[in-house]
Amino acid sequence: MTNIVSYEERIKSFNWEIAEQELNYQTGQVINIGWYCSDRICHLGKADKPGLIWEGSSGIEKRYTYNDIRLKSNTIAQFLQDLGIRPEERVCLFMDKIPELYIGFLGILKTGAIAQPLFSAFGDESLFIRLDNARTTAIITQKKHAPKVRKILGKMPYLKHLILVDAEPGKPLGEREVALNMDEAENVEHFQCFPTKAESPSVLHYTSGTTGQPKGVKHVHYSLISQYLTSKWVLDLREEDIYWCTADPGWVTGTSYGIIGAFSNGVTQCVLDAGFSAESWYRFIEKHRISMWYSAPTAIRSLMKAGEEVIRKYDLSSLRHLASVGEPLNSEAVIWSERVFGRPFLDTYWQTETGSIMISNYPGMKIKPGSMGKPFPGITATVIHPETYQPYDEPGRIGLIALKPGWPSMMRAYWNNEETYRKKFRNGWYLPGDRSSIDSEGYFWFVGRDDDVINTGGHLVSPFEVESALLEHPAVAESAVVSKPDFVNMEVVKAFVTLKPGFFPSSDLDLDIMNFVRKKLSPLAMPQEIEFIDNLPKTRSGKIMRRILHAKEWGEEIGDTSTLEND
Amino acid sequence: MDEMKDVIKNYVIKEYVEDDTEITYDTPLISGGIVDSFSMVSLKRFLENKYKIAIPDDKATPEAFDSVDKICQLVGNYLK
Repeated sequence: MTNIVSYEERIKSFNWEIAEQELNYQTGQVINIGWYCSDRICHLGKADKPGLIWEGSSGIEKRYTYNDIRLKSNTIAQFLQDLGIRPEERVCLFMDKIPELYIGFLGILKTGAIAQPLFSAFGDESLFIRLDNARTTAIITQKKHAPKVRKILGKMPYLKHLILVDAEPGKPLGEREVALNMDEAENVEHFQCFPTKAESPSVLHYTSGTTGQPKGVKHVHYSLISQYLTSKWVLDLREEDIYWCTADPGWVTGTSYGIIGAFSNGVTQCVLDAGFSAESWYRFIEKHRISMWYSAPTAIRSLMKAGEEVIRKYDLSSLRHLASVGEPLNSEAVIWSERVFGRPFLDTYWQTETGSIMISNYPGMKIKPGSMGKPFPGITATVIHPETYQPYDEPGRIGLIALKPGWPSMMRAYWNNEETYRKKFRNGWYLPGDRSSIDSEGYFWFVGRDDDVINTGGHLVSPFEVESALLEHPAVAESAVVSKPDFVNMEVVKAFVTLKPGFFPSSDLDLDIMNFVRKKLSPLAMPQEIEFIDNLPKTRSGKIMRRILHAKEWGEEIGDTSTLEND
Repeated sequence: MDEMKDVIKNYVIKEYVEDDTEITYDTPLISGGIVDSFSMVSLKRFLENKYKIAIPDDKATPEAFDSVDKICQLVGNYLK
């Protein structure tokens, strides 16, 4: 029997108190995610149970029991407190998927400070924008990523500490640098967790929009309620499960389900900190007997591309339940997984701002391949008219996905950006910015984004950010960035560029611009294709018409061009 | 071939390595997390520009790009 038992029955009698009671939480009491994910599991008699099994790219393996996680998160919390880190200060985690990232996250939360995870492949510009916006006090990183921090340190007087988790003993440290070796530090047996309450801030994740700078999405400790229950009912996490969430905690899936959901449910989770290859992933599943696998369509399509021959080399019979997140899961991938793994990947839909799964396919429910599924119990979701913001009455109409605010893990603010936050709400609905329809049986069907944000491999990239970076290249006069279709990543970044006088299109210049953006922003934001053109399509008022370039890439109708300059 | 190995190795170090990580001809680049799948596109472009070749997309796999040795082997297939 599945944890959710019956979706239809759960819908009828749902109340978030179900999760509160299971977690023994009562309104007004202290709720600290760091404590719930480590100390509480030990109190439940699972101190010796493996909580985290980590494997690095060189094959090194490290294992941490829940008691280890408790002690080491205490140790990191104490270290931060001794440095003078105070509640609600922002502490950035800028690391590969190493144990210090997972355990450090809990340590930060135990102090009452806000964890600010950032993707370790970010370039110095992307890093600076996010640290500057949050006025981050400390950053925990590895020596391999420290040069990017040092490069911008001079612009960040508020950043008091650069904490290196792998500093070489005896090697002098630089300005504001301190060393913390988690595995070698003396364990702190008792740490008094800061008495955070439901609305105390916990996590600050950054996400990109069409215009403006990335937005800091503020979550609170009460988000645990949603993350715990969705992990239990959607991911169907069980006591005996060996769980693998492939997401990087630099992004929200990696924290909501790669840390909080997994540890609050007390399961054993495995982490592979290595680049992707079909062989290494299948070997990892076989070796650790993974039973629940939460991954992304990009990875699934990459596995499809690698073929079925390689699958037959491994024993994947431990797999019991599969789920996917990050972008729409195409029906071919669902059917493929059912054929090769004996079970389908179940699509889940949510985003950074929602903090937890909103719409999903559930274990035991009838699956319609290609559908997003149905709203999680307790979530009121519908599709509304894009102008009147009124819900459609009849099935099949395409409109904006709308969610009734009020679930525990809903973001509480965009950091220092009240105006943009308010714009996300219309007529009493929260609008995630996606379009879909609902069929006659209540299943949601994803159509696309309602803005120009590019979803590449499940990560959102702002065209504005890429265009701004392109303009800093000495050869670029103007730029326009759109998505183009891609089998593996669904979409990738494509840039249209006009050159300054004296510069001419060439394959070397093309490569130079690609690398320029990659280092400044991130590999995700690097245009996978650059097209040099003489003029960008603009309105008569001079605004670049991305819509026309987008339509060209996707083979769509260009639509109304009455405002096009020189038309 | 040795010259090609050094050219590619030095390029990888210059473009993708932030610290003093040592790169040898058989260091795992993709599975080792030094070059990610998105950055592979720029590495492929470099190889195509440098050696005046065209590597088909379906041959530019993570496995084929996983070390300097393997990349040299791949490039060798397309050199005239």
